[in-house]
Amino acid sequence: MTTSPDANELVLNMGPQHPSTHGVLRIVLKLDGERVKSTECIIGYLHRGVEKIAENRTYVQFAPYVDRMDYLAAVSNGLGYCLAVEKLMNSVAPPRAQAVRVILTELNRIASHLLWLGTHALDIGAITPLFYTLREREEVLKIFENYCGARLTTHAFRIGGLQYELYEGFEQQVNAFCDQFPAKVDEYEELLGGNRIWRERLRGVGVLDAATCKRYGVTGPMLRAAGVPWDLRKAQPYSGYEQYEFEVPTRSSGDTLDRYFVRLDEMRQSVRIVRQAVANIPTGPIMAKIAKVIKPPVGEAYVSIEAPKGELGYFIVSDGSTHPYRLRVRPPSFVNLQALDHMAKGALVADVVAIIGTIDIVLGEVDR
Amino acid sequence: MKQFLRRFLLLDLLEGLWVTFRHQDTRLITTEQYPSQRPAVSERYRGAPRLNNHPETNETLCISCNLCAVACPENLIVVGSVRNAETKRKDLVTFTYDLSRCMFCGLCEDACPVDALELTQDFEIASYTREGLIWDRQALEEGPRPTQYRQ
Ligand code: SF4
Ligand code: SF4
Repeated sequence: MTTSPDANELVLNMGPQHPSTHGVLRIVLKLDGERVKSTECIIGYLHRGVEKIAENRTYVQFAPYVDRMDYLAAVSNGLGYCLAVEKLMNSVAPPRAQAVRVILTELNRIASHLLWLGTHALDIGAITPLFYTLREREEVLKIFENYCGARLTTHAFRIGGLQYELYEGFEQQVNAFCDQFPAKVDEYEELLGGNRIWRERLRGVGVLDAATCKRYGVTGPMLRAAGVPWDLRKAQPYSGYEQYEFEVPTRSSGDTLDRYFVRLDEMRQSVRIVRQAVANIPTGPIMAKIAKVIKPPVGEAYVSIEAPKGELGYFIVSDGSTHPYRLRVRPPSFVNLQALDHMAKGALVADVVAIIGTIDIVLGEVDR
Repeated sequence: MKQFLRRFLLLDLLEGLWVTFRHQDTRLITTEQYPSQRPAVSERYRGAPRLNNHPETNETLCISCNLCAVACPENLIVVGSVRNAETKRKDLVTFTYDLSRCMFCGLCEDACPVDALELTQDFEIASYTREGLIWDRQALEEGPRPTQYRQ
């Protein structure tokens, strides 16, 4: 850090062990009293070189690693990767596999938003919701565990379809979750959205308008809270999303409170999608006819999906061998984090905590 | 006026508190008393590995084909075998599995043609040392021995 001519300026390191930076993110805050003059994110503490690892693994072998980027949305990551390799090989998963993929990815969206809600509220000082959200998240994780045998880093999908058939009682368990969950969302609304302290604390904090969002490439709930109804599930449907009826929730002012409302509405919409999907899961095979050793033809493919945090993209270059020649990930958290400086300028230090929470970052994905 | 009364009587805060009180019902408690109460994990749970023996003959099912070692992204399985001069087959001698690097992805299990290697429902595999996580053939056949606590 260069010495500043301004004697009032205070440079403060927030993180990497700060509990409300949601992982190992270090933010260098330049402060004038309590006001933030500028922020600088120092990232890379969790860098594992995932993109380089991909070049040394076969396509099948790399699949478990993508779970470890956004570990709160491992299923979405797996879906994005599998779709990208399938596009490279010009194959599509059979309808049954697609429906199951949609169900699990939407459940994962709910789980990810639930954890976001709990920790975000915790950062701001509301401790109770965390226990409630984790309780509901547990139900989703149990479905994952029953389906594929793991709760967090699921490795649920395989290139070309699925590895595991549905277990006995899958539909009942998912339906039971869908039946009780919307009431729980209402409960969170009652706890937080109806609470005056919560509303006043978040209103007008970290405003990001639509034009700024586009300039930074911000996607996901943050963009939708600014009034842009951009959702890849609608804009460029994948995995059969065009068959399902759902709305893209938006708000207008683009502040932290609106992002909270958008995410709550998204959970309700996800339940809607899951209900439709689980009601008619097609019968048939769960794996496309693909070669045992995956060797895509020479070429490149980019596939992006709507992950819980925004647009998650996989770009793969193939040289015709069993290993990717190059693999690049476009993680939503990393891109959304770049807007932090814009949002935090002029805010109070306490608001920085709220702003980091509202971006919904996962450092495993930022650093990769 | 209504708004004022609402604010004055702190109704919005009391509503939230009411939700909290509703959850004091003992039937709604979901906490598990681990370790005295061990959770039942799902049938497909991917936990500690096991090398299965034939239930009757008690001989290993593994045919030393090395497919699991090839499938593993972390390269942590080492299969040692010798060619049996009589049967012309490979006999398993050693089997090393480095749990400390395993990510329980299940690819080795999927690759095994004879269901010899299996990820089981045991999840208590912590160890005080790194060496303790490198399992040899004997440990793999016996499975983990988690601590039993007195009631
Ligand atoms: S579970 Fe995955 S990482 Fe572990 S040994 Fe098997 S293939 Fe390797
Ligand atoms: S794949 Fe199965 S049979 Fe082959 S070496 Fe591994 S454990 Fe043995």
